[in-house]
Amino acid sequence: MSKQPGVLAIGLARGVLEIKQFMRQRESVVFTLLFPILLLLIFGAVFKDEIAPDVTFSQYFVAGMIASGLVNTGFQQLAITIPMERDDGTLKRLRGTPAPTASYFIGKIILVFVSMIVQVALLLAFGVALYGINLPSTPERWLTFIWVMLLGIASSTILGIAFSVVPKSGRGASAVVSPIVIILQFFSGVFFVFTQLPTWMQNFAALFPLKWLTQGMRSVFLPDSFATQEVAQSWEHGKTAIILTAWLVAGFFIALKTFRWERS
Amino acid sequence: MSNAIEVRGLRKSYRSGKSVLDAVRGIDLEVRRGEIFALLGPNGAGKTSTIEILEGYRSRDGGELRVLGEDPATTNLPIWRNRVGIVLQSTKDGADLSVAEILTHFAQYYSNPRNVDEVIASVGLEEKRNARGEHLSGGQRRRLDVALGIIGNPELLFLDEPTTGFDPEARRSFWELIRTLRSEGTTILMSTHYLDEAEALADRVAVMNNGVIIDCAPPERLGGRDRERVNVRWREDGALHQELTDTPTELLRKLAARITGEIPELSISRPSLEEIYLQMIGGGE
Repeated sequence: MSKQPGVLAIGLARGVLEIKQFMRQRESVVFTLLFPILLLLIFGAVFKDEIAPDVTFSQYFVAGMIASGLVNTGFQQLAITIPMERDDGTLKRLRGTPAPTASYFIGKIILVFVSMIVQVALLLAFGVALYGINLPSTPERWLTFIWVMLLGIASSTILGIAFSVVPKSGRGASAVVSPIVIILQFFSGVFFVFTQLPTWMQNFAALFPLKWLTQGMRSVFLPDSFATQEVAQSWEHGKTAIILTAWLVAGFFIALKTFRWERS
Repeated sequence: MSNAIEVRGLRKSYRSGKSVLDAVRGIDLEVRRGEIFALLGPNGAGKTSTIEILEGYRSRDGGELRVLGEDPATTNLPIWRNRVGIVLQSTKDGADLSVAEILTHFAQYYSNPRNVDEVIASVGLEEKRNARGEHLSGGQRRRLDVALGIIGNPELLFLDEPTTGFDPEARRSFWELIRTLRSEGTTILMSTHYLDEAEALADRVAVMNNGVIIDCAPPERLGGRDRERVNVRWREDGALHQELTDTPTELLRKLAARITGEIPELSISRPSLEEIYLQMIGGGE
């Protein structure tokens, strides 16, 4: 008898399967990949003003949408699809096979990572082509882009897994998860200039990762002169890293404690 | 060789608030290697709890357990599950994948999987090879579930109510599949609501009610069925007669001597498995 396949080999196979399933679900492709582009086109057409010297609202908005993309492809996608897989028996069936539980999550991480790359690439392409977004101009900015993106997608993924116990059923999951994401987008300055929001809204948003992701992405895509327009008159990279890491760690332990394989 | 499954004094309770439900109340069970063993019982009898404990899905509150020589609660689950196949009650996962894709994927989990095309042929899904899960009928979907249960070439296969929702023809061909698996040496533990299914397939049957096993025997001997009195019916002098007897042959000889030619409307029947079963679970209340 040959050896049993390992955690990584099965995780990789699951990743391939996850992507295949993703591509075949029209709703997920449209909602996750095309909807942000549509929003970009609509907002870009409506708001054409400059919000600061050399900064148009569209540029501001693209940075926010890239940050939102991390929340969509990680948190939103997992918090909706995991309850659905709990309902349709995917999780229970997997638990009855020799596949290690880690392989399931490796598969999810691969799916999240690939869909994030596609979404960010699409937003960047449209941002550059239509709204004069500048790609990061210095190695430091690329470095910021990469660490904000990686830390953002890691915490977003973990929090999506942790949140997957909240929706009571797969069918209702989208109705529970989507409003949370949309409200956070409003409060975190994706659709509006953050500093123009009421202070209580700003304070509330500062508790959650999305506000820090949008600010981090602005530090990558907007000129340094814009930093003075931020709440703290700086990009606050240190604080961003600390808050995202705190959410990542908290989400990890909550997921470990509460994850459910079957409907209760 | 040791038994595929050995259970001693298995207990399981569920607590909700202050009330405690004793779902499994100290059962003993042995399933021999290579046999088809059927677990019968009404809803709520404790069948699914028992099977899910044996499958390693649930914890137990007491008792000793050996499944393929291991205790599912403490064994290395991935290694043990490599030798076990599980067919759950209705599932609808994999709606976006074809039959061949799902099976090819799951085959990658096992050290010694069966050939995907052979498995597809053995469950009779050749024509649906490239059909997606969402386009399969209820019976075809169930066949796919069984195919997923056997893709890893298991020594022991659990089947939880495998033919619920099948039409009679589909059930017959499904039975053939199960018999073929047995002839290849697979041990099968199944639960079912259908007594004819248990009678047609099982080497031994256990009847469960209120968390205990009330009898365990080959189907033809369940509940003392082989010792029950035989019901003989015939028509004589224009009237229908009926007699319950321990000695049907003797009664027949008398009748044959008394009545010239064929005995009109003669029938001799032992109680059906269903009658015995209903008596048993009725008496268990």
